[in-house]
Amino acid sequence: MSDAMSVHPEVVTTHDVHHDEHHVHHHKETFITKYVFSQDHKTIGKQFLITGIIWAIIGGLFSVLFRLQLGYPDQHFQILETVFGKWAEGGQIKPEFYYALVTMHGTVLVFFVLTAGLSGTFANILIPLQLGARDMASPFLNMLSYWFFFLASVIMLSSLFISTGPAASGWTVYPPLSALGQASEGSKLGMDMWLVSMAMFIVSSLLGGLNYISTILNMRTKGMSMTRMPLTIWAMFFTAVLGVLSFPVLLSGAILLLFDRNLGTSFYLSDIVVNGQILPNEGGSAILFQHLFWFLGHPEVYIILLPAMGMVSEILSVNSRKPIFGYMAMLGSLFAICILAFLVWAHHMFVTGLNPLLGSIFVLLTLLIAVPSAIKVFNWLTTLWRGNIRFTPATLFAIGFVSLFISGGLTGIFLGNSTIDIHLHDTMFVVAHFHIVMGVASFFGMLAGVYHWFPKMFGRYLNSTLGYIHFWVTIIGAYLIFWPMHYQGLAGMPRRYLDKSSWVSFTQFGELDKMITVVSIIVFAVQLMFVFNFFYSIFKGRKVTTQNPWGANTLEWTTPIRPGHGNWEGEIPEVHRWPYDYGKDGREFIPQTEPIGENESKH
Amino acid sequence: MQTFFIVAILTLGFLITFQIAKASEYVAVLRGEEKARKQANKINGFMLLAFLIVGLIGVYYCNEELKGKILGTPASDHGVLIDRMLYITLAITFIVFIITQICLFWFAYKYQESDKRKPYYYPHNNKLEVIWTVVPAIALTVLVGFGLFYWFKITGDAPKDAMVVEVTGKQFGWEFRYPGKDGVLGKKYYKNIDPAKNNPLGQLWDDEANHDDVWLEQEMHLVVNKPVKLVIGAKDVIHDVGLPHFRMKMDAVPGTPTTMWFTPKITTKEMRDKTGNPNFVYEIACDQMCGKGHTGMRGVVVVETQEEFDAWLAGKKPQYLVANPVSTPDTNKKDSTTGNTTVRPVANGITKN
Repeated sequence: MSDAMSVHPEVVTTHDVHHDEHHVHHHKETFITKYVFSQDHKTIGKQFLITGIIWAIIGGLFSVLFRLQLGYPDQHFQILETVFGKWAEGGQIKPEFYYALVTMHGTVLVFFVLTAGLSGTFANILIPLQLGARDMASPFLNMLSYWFFFLASVIMLSSLFISTGPAASGWTVYPPLSALGQASEGSKLGMDMWLVSMAMFIVSSLLGGLNYISTILNMRTKGMSMTRMPLTIWAMFFTAVLGVLSFPVLLSGAILLLFDRNLGTSFYLSDIVVNGQILPNEGGSAILFQHLFWFLGHPEVYIILLPAMGMVSEILSVNSRKPIFGYMAMLGSLFAICILAFLVWAHHMFVTGLNPLLGSIFVLLTLLIAVPSAIKVFNWLTTLWRGNIRFTPATLFAIGFVSLFISGGLTGIFLGNSTIDIHLHDTMFVVAHFHIVMGVASFFGMLAGVYHWFPKMFGRYLNSTLGYIHFWVTIIGAYLIFWPMHYQGLAGMPRRYLDKSSWVSFTQFGELDKMITVVSIIVFAVQLMFVFNFFYSIFKGRKVTTQNPWGANTLEWTTPIRPGHGNWEGEIPEVHRWPYDYGKDGREFIPQTEPIGENESKH
Repeated sequence: MQTFFIVAILTLGFLITFQIAKASEYVAVLRGEEKARKQANKINGFMLLAFLIVGLIGVYYCNEELKGKILGTPASDHGVLIDRMLYITLAITFIVFIITQICLFWFAYKYQESDKRKPYYYPHNNKLEVIWTVVPAIALTVLVGFGLFYWFKITGDAPKDAMVVEVTGKQFGWEFRYPGKDGVLGKKYYKNIDPAKNNPLGQLWDDEANHDDVWLEQEMHLVVNKPVKLVIGAKDVIHDVGLPHFRMKMDAVPGTPTTMWFTPKITTKEMRDKTGNPNFVYEIACDQMCGKGHTGMRGVVVVETQEEFDAWLAGKKPQYLVANPVSTPDTNKKDSTTGNTTVRPVANGITKN
């Protein structure tokens, strides 16, 4: 009760501050237009972030549930039956339910958390603020982008509650398994809902992406040439380009799959006898879907990763009090990654019967992507070198990102080489690889961003002691979970096996699986602690008292502590220099708004 | 009850952590935020260094614990190449891993904030950047070169003397077909599939080549040191013929046959001695998620000598005879006495008409 009492006055003052700032713009805002159907990019960003957090809790919880099954296949957890009923009869997860959990975990985290929650959040919040724009090119489309995402979320969430369960054919939903209700419970109504939800999601991401691109190209403030943009904005730009060019391909793939499921077409189906029933479809190609899926699916990896790279570059530079090393090289490597991202999709398909010659071209292009990735790593390392590093929670997460990106990137060199992929394809090695490089690393980038820009978003700080605990438990946990998992893959253990007891070859890792399960529960609990810290600090965190708490150069820190809709009260500041003049000519930092001095040295 | 206690302990632990965290924030404000921040900075800098050292020891320990649990000697000729490629890649990437991780955490520790240090304004250095573009490019060229050399060896055409086995995946098991004496797999059409009529693969009985084809489930026999070409298909959804001990893998796609070939080098019996495990068998693991029974989609491969194999196959009845027991004993007898050559042209002529 006392807590509630003390929240109250604070909330009132928040409103007051907002009100003061807002009278400049002369339009009345109701609760609905300000917090629900808001067209303010900052509010939309927060909506993406909070929706993403809720999805992350759901998706993370799913992983804890199936880790319980993997670690303790013989144990009965009564609570599971209480909560999930027929899906976990006798306290043991049923195979159908296990595969539904795995599928939803992947879908939710890849699309709803790390695409919408990561790039949706930070593209929205940072693009106008760091470019010096009052809002997005089209605030209305931007709002629609969130609400399409919301609609997608509602559909996906409701598919969890139907009697045949949600989609259960893996997050890649390969047909024929995903096309035939006879082949799997999850391929009944749940799969249609998955496809419709993804269609909504794609609309959302296209609306957002087009908006980000046009904002970046057209709405930069005076003096903000493209090469004076912070790397965060460049990363968001390439992310948006990737999304706009590749998501429509997934949409077409999804629509054809809907046709195959409901209208009797044969795009993906041929020569099938399922459950004793001979299907009439002939002449389709199941592999076609994989091409369409991975034409998005691989760029998607970079859609997830690039924003994290951009934010990490910015955060490492600010907190090392040193310019980012090799700005143009960073830019060039982002560009190279963006181009190559479109040319490597078939490396997910080396063992589908792909023509070996075609496969060899994809090997070459895939391993080529390691070059720009290596450049980025070396540049981050050199940025830290001879800096004066402040370990804020954001910095720690950024350093953690680099460490994980190295570890996960190097195992990519194994999998990208088709010869080794023959052995490692679809084993636990793959699971370990992409969780480290795409899952956990991107999460680290996202968390670094949340810790770093939280003061800008809410005018308060996150509790940093909790932040430190969060970081240390998460990075130690992430390595404990995923490092030994590579050995399971080297032993040839296939992914998506929920119980190895019937096998001779895969039973040697029982103890390891238990350890991984225990650690993943701890890591999940610590994420809940972060979520608590997040919501608690929105209302009761330590207040930000200075405009530029991190001593950063970029424009978002020239706005008021709690900027209103429109961001700057007076005129938008003019930009005179690149954003990375840290430690130049003996000065700690020189904001972008400061004109070049007469005696200033050149870089 | 147990669950309740765990939840209670977690909640309590969380509350305590939270109170400490909140208190430390107040203390920081009282003592001067700058001072508290610097102290936290020192602690985290030290932790980063400790993490590096403990982490590297952990990497070593993990390897010691688990290296015995991964697969031993590859049991096929292709497996040898794949393992070699794996170890070449491992050597190069491990060096990069060690150097970059040490740099990362060591720099973070060494250059932690200090009042004495001025950060070095160092925005770019073209020479350095060229060096670390070219060096990885060369390393990767080496890896691509080796990789593709082995890749084309492995995926090239099977030797002419290779034996052929057809593998068909279904929910949730494996079916095999041996071409019999003629060495040719007869034609099939999926709409003829009818297990009730003893035609699980949809073989066309008109096709003479089908008459000696042997159909089996769950267990595949191969001859040691004899190349084998697998013709792979699926009935319902995509499966994958995963052969971890042979390091081979190929998807089984309905409607699109795929192939792979390799030469088994070690018999099952030899492998039992090698591993010291009397229950050892080569397993076929489905590697492509195929529905609720995916976990148990297991097949067995028996690698044996030519004599053992011949004796085993001789005991199997062609599926044609299983499916057509009454109408064909006469023709069959002729078949076995006069040989296939006399009968086949006639049968082929019939199917063509």
